[in-house]
Amino acid sequence: MVKSFGPVTAVAGVDLAIADGEFFSMLGPSGSGKTTVLRMIAGFEQPTSGRVLLDDRDVTGVPPFARDVNTVFQDYALFPHMDVRANVEYGLRVKRVGRAERRERATAALETVRLGGYADRRPTQLSGGQRQRVALARALVNRPKVLLLDEPLGALDLKLRREMQLELKQIQRDVGITFVFVTHDQEEALTMSDRIAVFNDGRIEQVDTPARLYEAPATAFVAGFVGTSNLLRGSDARAVFGRDGTFSIRPEKIHLDDDAEPTKARGTVRAVVYLGSVNHYLVDLDGGGTLTVLRQNLRDSTDSALDQEGRRVALSWDDAHVIDLDDSGAGQPVGAGTETQEAP
Amino acid sequence: MRLSPLTRALLGAFTALALVFVYLPLSLVLLNSFNTSRAFAWPPPGLTTRWWSQAWSSDGARSAIVVSLEVAAIATVVALVLGTMAAMALHRFRFFGRDTVSLLIILPIALPGVVTGIALANAFTTMLGLELGFLTVVVSHATFCIVTVFNNAIARMRRLGTTLEDASADLGAGTFTTFRLVTLPMLRSALLAGGLLSFALSFDEIIVTTFTAGSGVTTLPIWIYQNLFRPNQAPVVNVVAAALIVLSILPIWLAQRLAGTDESVAAAR
Repeated sequence: MVKSFGPVTAVAGVDLAIADGEFFSMLGPSGSGKTTVLRMIAGFEQPTSGRVLLDDRDVTGVPPFARDVNTVFQDYALFPHMDVRANVEYGLRVKRVGRAERRERATAALETVRLGGYADRRPTQLSGGQRQRVALARALVNRPKVLLLDEPLGALDLKLRREMQLELKQIQRDVGITFVFVTHDQEEALTMSDRIAVFNDGRIEQVDTPARLYEAPATAFVAGFVGTSNLLRGSDARAVFGRDGTFSIRPEKIHLDDDAEPTKARGTVRAVVYLGSVNHYLVDLDGGGTLTVLRQNLRDSTDSALDQEGRRVALSWDDAHVIDLDDSGAGQPVGAGTETQEAP
Repeated sequence: MRLSPLTRALLGAFTALALVFVYLPLSLVLLNSFNTSRAFAWPPPGLTTRWWSQAWSSDGARSAIVVSLEVAAIATVVALVLGTMAAMALHRFRFFGRDTVSLLIILPIALPGVVTGIALANAFTTMLGLELGFLTVVVSHATFCIVTVFNNAIARMRRLGTTLEDASADLGAGTFTTFRLVTLPMLRSALLAGGLLSFALSFDEIIVTTFTAGSGVTTLPIWIYQNLFRPNQAPVVNVVAAALIVLSILPIWLAQRLAGTDESVAAAR
């Protein structure tokens, strides 16, 4: 699909196949086109070119109200002049479902999102997290083929967001509906998704499982956007790997020692970032470039960790964990011939 | 904000002065409607309800009030329908000349009544070949009544955005169902406020009415104007004016109460 707004191209060319019952996330920075794709699936936007197929049926020209798809909006869009029950029943009401069945299904949907006792409240009387659940119940009650979620957790605080992530995943497993989830939060996407499409600049960089995205990013953008980027390019790369290219190693795959043989690279600790259970060591390599090394605080006390600043260290890693981003086979570890990637 | 005692005293004095300046003459009208003196002698030599009963039984005043109410009611209904539709069109759709159309809709309220009156009277009699009368008055009033409805409706729509309507469509409601179940309820208080204002505007309109009413239609303002300088009618006119003061407080007060509920709409967002 392609979507342009006047001279601005929001989606430059996206081709996606989402499987039935999948928890699928569209991850990317703001302005990368993920929300536009979501709105095209919902029917609020028409693609400039391309088609939307739902269960093999072409729904490209079908208006939103005739699509078997429901949306949880970013700001929830609850109807303020109706109570919670009327909000949840709305979709059934406009489809002329009988009063008794409507009531029954709305009650069940509210139970699913653990808001059983809130049916008579007004949306204004609910907290952000509760409104979010009502929006979810209002969409789920229609049993759509696909549920679209447009950054639904963005307005919640961190603790609540973590809770809702787990709960959303649980609800998706229980109801078995395909979820298409838009987010810019990589942790959120990794936590919940079966598969993730990473968007950048109106295109998809990579579609893969969370583990594959993390372990085998196809491009430098994915390596940087998902997890901490640890890139070595050009001459920095040559000094370590013996040839030019763009390489990435995840911080937790690097072993840091005072003096170890064999070693892959030597350098100086420029800074230690204390993060509680783990520390980040920023190491300037002798051959140029900087790598971030993650180390758990298993034995180190805070003081001894911070004391490492300015010290000479030796870095080592398993070649299987080095990702060659220039490889046309994209996302294959350097030692892929002998190593097998662990299945997610 | 903190104010010094002197500033507070001065502000209080000015406020009081301004209020007195506006409301003292109005209360004088009320008082004079009970004045026994036909020439409104001051201080009133005595109080009477004679003028009120005389006004009540005056056929001219009664029929003028009925005509004015009818004109205002019909013009308001027309304005509510057209003003809401115009606001929806301009809010929901992007099209060439949108801002110009918006300006052209608002313009009639700023145009001098004389100009509107002459223009409409000419158009009615020459171009359309209509005879001036009740219908032409209603249409003329509707031209400026639309503005108040339009302004109220579009302000509310801008504040609400389109997500609620998107949500309704997403849940399976067609355009008209969405309007009935979501858009209209969300607009209701804005439309009521706009409707009340347009009713009040139409009810006391005299300039455009003068040009477009012809000889057969007498609205209340025109009746007052015709009878104001007849000495024996003066007390009756005064009573009608007094009654109008009381009556016009009602819609304005209501409109203000309804504007207050806007805040709860904002809170719901």
